[in-house]
Amino acid sequence: MKADRLNARMGMLTLPGLLLLASLFSAGVKAEVIHEERSVYRNIIVTQEGDRRCLIFNAVRGERNQTCIALNDPQEMLFHYTRMSMAGLLVNPNPQSILIAGLGGGTIPTALRELYPEAAIDVLEIDQAVVNVAREYFQYVEDDDLHTHVVDARVFIKRAGLEGRKYDFIMLDAFTGEYIPEHLLTQEFLEEVMQIMTPDAVLVANTFSTSNLYSHESVTYRAVFGEFFNFKMPGSGNRVIIAQQRPLPNMGQLKQNANALQATLRPYGVPILEFPNRLTTRADWDESLRVLTDQFSPGNLLR
Amino acid sequence: MSAPVKNALMNKVIVCAAFINGFAIMAIELLGGRVLSPYFGTSVYVWGSIITIFMLSLSLGYLWGGRLSSRNPNPRTFALFFFLSALLSLPIIFFADPIMTEVFLAIEDPRYGSLVSAVLLYFLPICLMGMVSPYSIRLLVSSEEHSGRMAGLLYFVSTLGSALGTLMTSFYFVLWFEINQIMWGIVAGLLCSGITILIVHRVSSRQAAE
Repeated sequence: MKADRLNARMGMLTLPGLLLLASLFSAGVKAEVIHEERSVYRNIIVTQEGDRRCLIFNAVRGERNQTCIALNDPQEMLFHYTRMSMAGLLVNPNPQSILIAGLGGGTIPTALRELYPEAAIDVLEIDQAVVNVAREYFQYVEDDDLHTHVVDARVFIKRAGLEGRKYDFIMLDAFTGEYIPEHLLTQEFLEEVMQIMTPDAVLVANTFSTSNLYSHESVTYRAVFGEFFNFKMPGSGNRVIIAQQRPLPNMGQLKQNANALQATLRPYGVPILEFPNRLTTRADWDESLRVLTDQFSPGNLLR
Repeated sequence: MSAPVKNALMNKVIVCAAFINGFAIMAIELLGGRVLSPYFGTSVYVWGSIITIFMLSLSLGYLWGGRLSSRNPNPRTFALFFFLSALLSLPIIFFADPIMTEVFLAIEDPRYGSLVSAVLLYFLPICLMGMVSPYSIRLLVSSEEHSGRMAGLLYFVSTLGSALGTLMTSFYFVLWFEINQIMWGIVAGLLCSGITILIVHRVSSRQAAE
């Protein structure tokens, strides 16, 4: 996440390192704040600098760009983690029912809507204020088959499981790097997610976990899904977990899917051909740590 | 034993018990957020439900505890509050999941779901814990001129206990233990308080009889 922000900054500033550092510490020196609002969950700030518009949560603790779009080229994904999320398409290249937990600026649902006009998309966001800001400032548009639900992801997913609804592409993107929703990290939660997955569904999780939490989280995903793809990119501090109920596709299938997706993903700036080689099932975490459960999930204390 | 206890040791025990009671209330409240979150999330109204029910239970507990204290106040009834609140906390350990599953199925809106669950899980034990405060003041007060001072002391220790219960639970206990293990610790603390009150009461009434 940190590296993402740095990269985003480098993209817009070709200044010496000192100035770059200075700009990192002084929020909003260059970027103009065009909207500010305080919801019950967080402070939401929209900034603009040239044609680049950014969504920032809780700016008090320094800049935290949640998402940015280039107004002249809104398709381009400016962040590593959003681009990396698209790796889920290597596992299921043709999703028809999509669930996205965490709206942000709406970059991911908007891209998936453009890529899959026929797909039914449900977006979950706990904070109504974020939904309003995405609609007003980030060109987030809903339609008859793209619905935003203002709800806690756990509540929605538990009920979807009871009602027997299924999705074939599920993305967990409810983690800001600031505060970790601990009830969305547990074994029981992941089992509930599994309940709503079709047999060929893929789960993509962006969790920004570091240090001990990274290990706890990995151990928990392993306990529920068995082997999963652990996906990291150089220059990006975070990882994306890609999991499936049935055995993961082999390298040949991944590369075949990457080739097929390459052209459609180009406008989004997603280097999909680089992805297959970076998907690994190797455990680079401490496997002796405890699985996170509803009884034990101190995510915010484990970082 | 109609007169309030004036025994110095008993007074210390009552003050300690009030401290543990205050500790237990806030530890249980803090864990409440974690108990409810798998069913109702962590939206702001889930905390709203929990805090509302705790405040409501405490307020009624204060009222009933105060009324009971005017009728033959004695340490045995006081000890009974602790045994009952320990007993009534057990459903939080054993039946939280089946109870919340039923509520989740019956009520779609997580605001009311969390409110109803909070009532079912926490109303009775927290009510009992609320009764401890006025009753312990009655046991400590030996004369009218001391009543304000004793009330102040009781508020002080029980609220200090609450502060510490909040801090220890949120900073350390959730990192070291599972929720139910912490709950068992709280139940044990309440039982120990009740037993100590009974023992000290028995010893001091024997001394008084001699």
